[in-house]
Amino acid sequence: MFEVFGVPSQALFGQLLLGLINGSFYALLSLGLAVIFGMLNIINFTHGAQYMMGAFAAFLLLRHVGIGYWPALIVVPVIVGATGVVIERLFLKRIQKLDHLYGLILTFGLALIIEGLFRNYYGSSGQPYGVPESLQGGRNLGFMFLPNYRAWVIAFSLVVCLGTWFAIERTRLGSYLRAATENPTLVRAFGINVPRMVTLTYGFGVGLAGLAGVMAAPIYNVSPQMGSDIIIVVFAVVVIGGMGSIMGAIITGFTLGIVEGLTKVFFPEASNTVIFMVMIVVLLIRPAGLFGRTA
Amino acid sequence: MTTLVNTMTAKVRRETERSLAIAAAALVIFLVVGPFILYPVFIMKALCFALFACAFNLLLGYVGLLSFGHALYFGWAGYLAAHAAKVWGLQPELALLVGTATGMVLGLIAGIVAIRRQGIYFAMITLALAQMMYLVALRAPMTGGEDGIQAVPRGRLFGTFDLSNEMTMYAFVVVVVLAAFFLIYRIINSPFGEVLKAIRENEQRAISLGYKTDNYKLVAFMLSATLTGLAGSVKALVFQLASLTDVHWTMSGEVVLMTLVGGLGTIFGPIVGAFLIVAMENYLAPFGQWVLVIQGAVFVICVLAFRRGIVGELAARLRVRL
Repeated sequence: MFEVFGVPSQALFGQLLLGLINGSFYALLSLGLAVIFGMLNIINFTHGAQYMMGAFAAFLLLRHVGIGYWPALIVVPVIVGATGVVIERLFLKRIQKLDHLYGLILTFGLALIIEGLFRNYYGSSGQPYGVPESLQGGRNLGFMFLPNYRAWVIAFSLVVCLGTWFAIERTRLGSYLRAATENPTLVRAFGINVPRMVTLTYGFGVGLAGLAGVMAAPIYNVSPQMGSDIIIVVFAVVVIGGMGSIMGAIITGFTLGIVEGLTKVFFPEASNTVIFMVMIVVLLIRPAGLFGRTA
Repeated sequence: MTTLVNTMTAKVRRETERSLAIAAAALVIFLVVGPFILYPVFIMKALCFALFACAFNLLLGYVGLLSFGHALYFGWAGYLAAHAAKVWGLQPELALLVGTATGMVLGLIAGIVAIRRQGIYFAMITLALAQMMYLVALRAPMTGGEDGIQAVPRGRLFGTFDLSNEMTMYAFVVVVVLAAFFLIYRIINSPFGEVLKAIRENEQRAISLGYKTDNYKLVAFMLSATLTGLAGSVKALVFQLASLTDVHWTMSGEVVLMTLVGGLGTIFGPIVGAFLIVAMENYLAPFGQWVLVIQGAVFVICVLAFRRGIVGELAARLRVRL
């Protein structure tokens, strides 16, 4: 045991770990928001509700079908992504040409519907979801105790984030996507089915939210309002990072998680507002966001 | 040619003024007859929300800025007004003044931060700021946390009129809210309001014409927050309660809904929308969480098929401005 600025290392590293966990979710969710915004030009307010749907899907699959954590990690994002495809086809397609604000209002309405439905059936109390057997326990690193599941969440979300970055920035499909973001009409002229790409992009972004939901289920309680609690913080993260860059969203997400964790150690009263304060400071100094292009 | 245009605009203006006067007269008649047919508390609640929605519409409908955090000014003004009346023992008119000033100060601070970004970012920033102050309200000793500030005394207006009498309170609320409506109408139709509409239509163009649009946006934001503060303070006095509900993000969503249902950028739309949504919530209260689902569905329907709102649609049919 040693101390850092009068704080025992155990507490410091414990909060740092929690911060990294939160940061993983901020990164996954703001990444999805950024991908969707790039292609559809809307802010997906439903994102929090879709994250909640992911957690609930994992919970329901386990309880009613007996499908455990590992298969859920693949099945749930597909299910949630599919609901996203339906939403895009039914609703978002119709408001493509309208002011961006309508997209925000529409997805806000959808979020209310989804949250309301889940609250109807499951109340507002949380449902427990166990840590998968293979990841139970933890190891002692000497300066702190590291639960296996938490280490897995951080590592896996890093892999997913970097994988998404690679797919968008370094592959052929990703280059179509980026091209369609810049100039959809021109890309269509090359014979690429842009509307389908838009639909699938939305499905992918939403699937990421669902995946984050599955990963969150064993850590937080599975509850209907878990989405609306986190989505506003993620909005602040997105404002801080700026939505221009995929890597920016990832770095900002993890960094702010760590900042939040450290605040919990040194100034606990401010821990749940610190991200908003960072947002204010960033807006005053660099209005376009840390990684944003000036519009 | 110019005389023709002039007479045309004069004719349009006359017609507009006439239709607005008819609508205003209908509103006044309703407010006079209303308390004998409906519960006065219901009408007072709807009036508070109507003022809230009109103040919000000043920003969204006339400047094109979507604030997703107006609960911040509504709720915190209510807290301060309730605190002033209960703890400081101020008279009701002074408590309202304290609440309104709270809205103004918070609006100025939030406005300086939020107008640094446009469009979608503006909405997210206002939402984030409101959430921050919600978390503060959750912890701060002054707000009473989950309990809120209860049993706020209504007091005696100017030391003479006893507001614990329901009809006296009603008359007071009607006078205050109507005066605020008139103020909003005058702001919209002032040269300042014309510049706001120019910013809504084309901000770049307004800048090129030499207007410092950021200053106009900031003043509009502050005015909107101030009037929202007035609405929140009146509500705190009517219900003798200031609670977390009024600072929560769902409240910010509700005012968007009221404005959208009634008609964006119309003068009477938010009033109609507020009465409808408040009535709907009263009626649906026993159904619990379904209120959320129905609200969400109304949002979706409005955006997909009914963007002009009730009053906007009516005005388009009658070819007048309302």
